[in-house]
Amino acid sequence: MSDTDDVGEDVTDEETDGPIITHAHGAGGEQMTELVETLAVSQFEAAEADVGLSALDDGSVQPIDDEHSVVVTTDSHVVTPLFFRGGDIGRLAVSGTVNDLAMMGATEPLALTSSLIIEAGTPQLTVERVTESMRETCEEAGATVTTGDTKVMGSGEIDTLAINTTGVAVVPNGGHVPDAGLSVGDQIIVSGTVGDHGISLLSEREGFDLGGDLASDVQPVNDLVAAAMDAGDVTAMKDPTRGGLATVFNEMAGKADVGIDLEEQAIPVSGAASSAGEVLGIEPFDVASEGVVVMGVASEDTDAVLDAIRDNPKGEDAAIVGEVVEDHTGQVVLDTGFGRRYLTPPEGEQLPRIC
Amino acid sequence: MATNADAGDDELQFRDPEKAEQLTDELEALMDDIGEPVNVMHVCGSHEQAIAKFGLRSILPDDLTVRMGPGCPVCVTNMPEVDEAVELAEDGKIVATYGDMFRVPGTEKSLADARDDGADVRVVYSASEAAELAEEEPDREVIFFATGFETTAAPTAAVLTSDPPENFSVLSAHKYVPPAMEVVAEMPDTDVDGFLAAGHAATITGYGLFEDFVEEYDTPAVVGGFEPIDVLFALARLLEFIRDDEAGLENAYSRCVSEEGNVPAKETMWEVFDTTSGEWRGIAEIPDANLVISDDYAQFDARERFDIDVETGAADPLTEDCICGDIMAGKADPDECELFGEECTPQDPVGACMVSSEGTCKIWLEYGGQPDI
Repeated sequence: MSDTDDVGEDVTDEETDGPIITHAHGAGGEQMTELVETLAVSQFEAAEADVGLSALDDGSVQPIDDEHSVVVTTDSHVVTPLFFRGGDIGRLAVSGTVNDLAMMGATEPLALTSSLIIEAGTPQLTVERVTESMRETCEEAGATVTTGDTKVMGSGEIDTLAINTTGVAVVPNGGHVPDAGLSVGDQIIVSGTVGDHGISLLSEREGFDLGGDLASDVQPVNDLVAAAMDAGDVTAMKDPTRGGLATVFNEMAGKADVGIDLEEQAIPVSGAASSAGEVLGIEPFDVASEGVVVMGVASEDTDAVLDAIRDNPKGEDAAIVGEVVEDHTGQVVLDTGFGRRYLTPPEGEQLPRIC
Repeated sequence: MATNADAGDDELQFRDPEKAEQLTDELEALMDDIGEPVNVMHVCGSHEQAIAKFGLRSILPDDLTVRMGPGCPVCVTNMPEVDEAVELAEDGKIVATYGDMFRVPGTEKSLADARDDGADVRVVYSASEAAELAEEEPDREVIFFATGFETTAAPTAAVLTSDPPENFSVLSAHKYVPPAMEVVAEMPDTDVDGFLAAGHAATITGYGLFEDFVEEYDTPAVVGGFEPIDVLFALARLLEFIRDDEAGLENAYSRCVSEEGNVPAKETMWEVFDTTSGEWRGIAEIPDANLVISDDYAQFDARERFDIDVETGAADPLTEDCICGDIMAGKADPDECELFGEECTPQDPVGACMVSSEGTCKIWLEYGGQPDI
């Protein structure tokens, strides 16, 4: 796909000699951030917004009248295989967008769009199975698809199916939660076991059968977020999707100019993901969860928020995993139970290790 | 005389923080007895992983320095070896390799670059997975770009001795540890008081292999495992030798390592491979430390089967400033390199130590090296 020979005459020699977009640009991390800055942030004039493009948050927040703001988010989804343990691309496409809205504090999606790009030759019943799953996930999240688009591309021009979903919601002015809102003293809560989606998919792709417990956690968590926000002051939120927990904590620390101290042994990791991760040479903290939220909570509200999350079956493994500190600004320090080290974001594609 | 000891009775004990605290106290006491700074070299990326991942450097005594030597087979793979794999991939063949090898820079390109340019490069977990790939693609040539020490060389050999598909071959970049330890021990400005020997490789070779080494170089060695308690325990045994000024050898990983090692694996390995001298990236030309496929298995040797014509182009000028060699020789820490984390990152590595998750520089960047936290 990145072979410039195939792009045709639209590409000039000068462009071919310039930087080329590679797989690594799509894997999260610093390279991706730089690309997004170049392709999007620097191109468009800043709109009047509480959270705009340059914030690189999960979505945007713009006031529409004296009382309300509109929250918009969009996400394109590709995944191999389309149907995986614990979910499928349809469930992923709806959950991803519903959760991105929720991470902005918008837990009641007003409308979702769905654009399908389908490879010619794909059985219609397969796509129907995906849209059926989208419908079921919408019902679970209290959302609905109100408009969409369907394109068919030639065989080999796209891998079976890609889905873009956009979500829109309305929140009271100032009622949104940015990912940059942490302040010193806030406690950090993780709502469930981390890394299940990434580790399960990687092991499935490698053909490893590591027992029945390992599955993607893909699910909408807007109900969980609503309960947490009702229970107390949630200062910042993010879902640890691409790049995992390590990436989102570093982003949150960097954006708020604070440090984060974490207790490794408090962070929920399922036994299955932990052992599979060791076999695969992949850290659960470095790969995606698709049904988990991490949040900063004002310290006096921590217990109330934790209880509210744990009352929901999706949040039964929730735990307080650390706190926001003044030291090591912009960095995340992990106490391993043995010693302390930095938790740094993974770079590029996650590659397995040999020994 | 080698002795046998072990750090714990069951698996959970190897991650017991309380036990770690006891061992750290023991290390402090031993360092007090010794009364001067101690340099320990380990020769295995997995040891560096364990030390970094569990934050062990933050709890080691201040004047105990633990550095990684030439312990990353991927790091010491020479650029022309990568170039050979890149050329085969660009020639339309399927090249399968371990994830660690994927981004290692050759003279001009890595296999990852070749894939981005349209070559068919696959990441596999094992030699047998590469052979299965050859079975699934009978009309294509599948080359396994094989790397690693004895731990992965033995499995490569096992595949070649069990009748692999005809369209399967191996481009060997396998390395053999013992000669490299000797080279490091002989380097004039190497200052190593003791070696933490690699438990993984010793699982195959047996710890008996190190008997001659400790005697010849008058330096103690302890074979250690890879859980935090394993590492701390092995360091304590090593400090005891250093305190007593004894060039002893101890097996502190007896749940996996025996004196003679895995005899059938060794036999298979030496049936398929011969040793030859070769350049280890950043270190030196090392005699008998590269494993090449023997004449009996020449039909599976990619270098015999294909006419690989690697032109040695100009390397990245930055490599001149890279201190990978000093780092792998235990003479420098990554943060002493001016490229570290600046021009040289895991995404765009200059030297090989930044490439593999076994590489010292990548591990230091990932886990923060020797953090003052």
